[in-house]
Amino acid sequence: MRVSSENSSISETKIRQITFAQAINEALAEEMRRDPTVFIIGEDVAEAGTPFKVLSGLVKEFGTDRVIDSPISEAGIAGIGVGAAMTGMRPVVDIMFGDFLTLTMDQLVNQAAKIHYMSGGKLKVPLVLRTTLGATRRSAAQHSQSLHAWMSHIPGLKVVVPATPYDAKGLLKSAIRDDNPVVFFEDKMMYQLKGPVPEEEYTIALGVADIKRVGTDITLVATSSMVQIALEAADSLDRADISAEVIDVRTTVPLDKETLIGSVRKTSRAMVIDEGYESYGVTAEIASVIAEGAFYYLDAPVRRMGAMDVPIPFSPVLEDQTVPTSERVVETALVLCKKR
Amino acid sequence: MAQTHKKKTPAPKSSARDERWLRFYRQMVKIRLFEEEVNQLYLGAKMPGLAHLYIGEEAIAVGVCEALRQTDYITSTHRGHGHCIAKGATLDKMFAELLGKAAGYCRGKGGSMHIADQESGNLGANAIVGGSTGIATGAALSARMRGTEQVAVCFFGDGALGQGLLYESMNMAALWKLPVIYVCENNQYNEYTHYSETTAGPLIARAEAFGIQTEAIDGQDVRIVHQVAVRSVEKARRGDGPSFILFNTYRFHGHHVGDVDRAYYRSKQEEQEWKSQRDPIQILAHWLLKNKLADSSALAQIESTIAAEIKRAVTDALEAPYPEIAEVRQHVYA
Repeated sequence: MRVSSENSSISETKIRQITFAQAINEALAEEMRRDPTVFIIGEDVAEAGTPFKVLSGLVKEFGTDRVIDSPISEAGIAGIGVGAAMTGMRPVVDIMFGDFLTLTMDQLVNQAAKIHYMSGGKLKVPLVLRTTLGATRRSAAQHSQSLHAWMSHIPGLKVVVPATPYDAKGLLKSAIRDDNPVVFFEDKMMYQLKGPVPEEEYTIALGVADIKRVGTDITLVATSSMVQIALEAADSLDRADISAEVIDVRTTVPLDKETLIGSVRKTSRAMVIDEGYESYGVTAEIASVIAEGAFYYLDAPVRRMGAMDVPIPFSPVLEDQTVPTSERVVETALVLCKKR
Repeated sequence: MAQTHKKKTPAPKSSARDERWLRFYRQMVKIRLFEEEVNQLYLGAKMPGLAHLYIGEEAIAVGVCEALRQTDYITSTHRGHGHCIAKGATLDKMFAELLGKAAGYCRGKGGSMHIADQESGNLGANAIVGGSTGIATGAALSARMRGTEQVAVCFFGDGALGQGLLYESMNMAALWKLPVIYVCENNQYNEYTHYSETTAGPLIARAEAFGIQTEAIDGQDVRIVHQVAVRSVEKARRGDGPSFILFNTYRFHGHHVGDVDRAYYRSKQEEQEWKSQRDPIQILAHWLLKNKLADSSALAQIESTIAAEIKRAVTDALEAPYPEIAEVRQHVYA
């Protein structure tokens, strides 16, 4: 991470290097200590601590009453989460793989997202649903998708796509305190990624993008692990004398349009990188926001790069073709900057 | 409109229990007349959209909700007006909501199928069949975690027996002994199809499989309904887990107000038999008269009083203003 607005303000405090998974774990533990209405429900969340071991140790501190192992019933636990959230609790529902969101869709889309509106603002659903996204784990088509665009399409849901341990912790704490249903996507390939996280408590507001690297020639807008890809690409572009600005949107809903448009008005070129399917996806939405807000400042068409529009294949040689890479980002950026 | 159910001057011989049956009668009549007025609003093209009338099933909502405290929860269905009124909703706000007015329970944003009223513990009617089974179960889990004595009642119809969420929810409720009562109103028809064409095996076995206490009961006699409901509610409150009650009932009208030509899925004779022999209001009236808890003029008096309340409420709602246009963007996020 090169530049982070928050990092400057926390430079006085003790900073540790912890993993993305530890950051999530700390956020949950801190919020559960702070607020007795926060609880976790999901498949193998207690003793097992999830297959990715993200929740290890939480059941020891909080017991099985607050870290609840559920049957393999994604729709059921989503529904139970909605009902508990409407009646005074702050559930954190764990959906092991983002692909399984399909099983929760009615409860998220028709219930959680609409209850506040349908009730004329009377009922609230302070629910967090944590799940994963991201390919290249050789898990094939039903355990590798990035479906955050689906959630971002539905008014009433907030959608978080953190890219660093620091952001993951601060955003998850805000998500838990938010009075709306929040879907929180963790790239499973980033769980072991380490990054600086202060010891002292902090939160990060939902809806504020972060300029991860300042640049002047092209804006690379990215989400989740694609921020890491964009930062790698920015390093390579630097060697070709192209100064790339990297913006991490951090939340697709609410979307910080102002920061995106402001950056592109400065750089005049933009690329959007996201691991969801390219068609009808997050890259399309962000590209249109940029086109509408910075059209007269653009020196080149806005380019976007998402996951290939295919079911994620198993074979590594095939799977690796489906996701954006820093090399491909660099190639496209060079073309946009007329260096190739 | 204030709905007061407490009698100021009990008749000389009547005990509190007798008064209660009269209150039940009043509540059932209120639902019946409300729904008849809703039908008139539809026929008179005064109500936007549709409504699913509860006429014929009043004994279930009243018998069950009278077993609950105000702080207890219910979740309801697309056929939910009866549940809302029985749990304490007031007629003026109900009508206003059905007419899309700002004075409605949901400021006109929910309509007939989404009436929610936090103050009476109504977590909302739900237009997804079976869609509230998780919510009711979650409310029960929440009540337990917060250490309250609240229970949750999940109302649904025979159609919801086709939805997987119900079984996921009942499984967890049974595993964790949650204070939830699953109330299945079998009005015989999944929309326009008899339940026997959609639902294999004995209905009750579906809940029994989870080890949940089940009962199959006549849903037309409010006294029986209430008795069973009280037992289930007490059990839930004691911490002894969920129950499943299957009520046999009948939808006197169509699936919705516009479903008037029904001959292709059920006979006029069948409808007539239910209406003439199994009308829950007539059944209670008959019992009240037989046991001299009321005479026919007292019952007629109840009916005319409620009819006047309904008239006032619907007139107010028709005259009430629509929401400001700016409200369309309000309440998307809390």
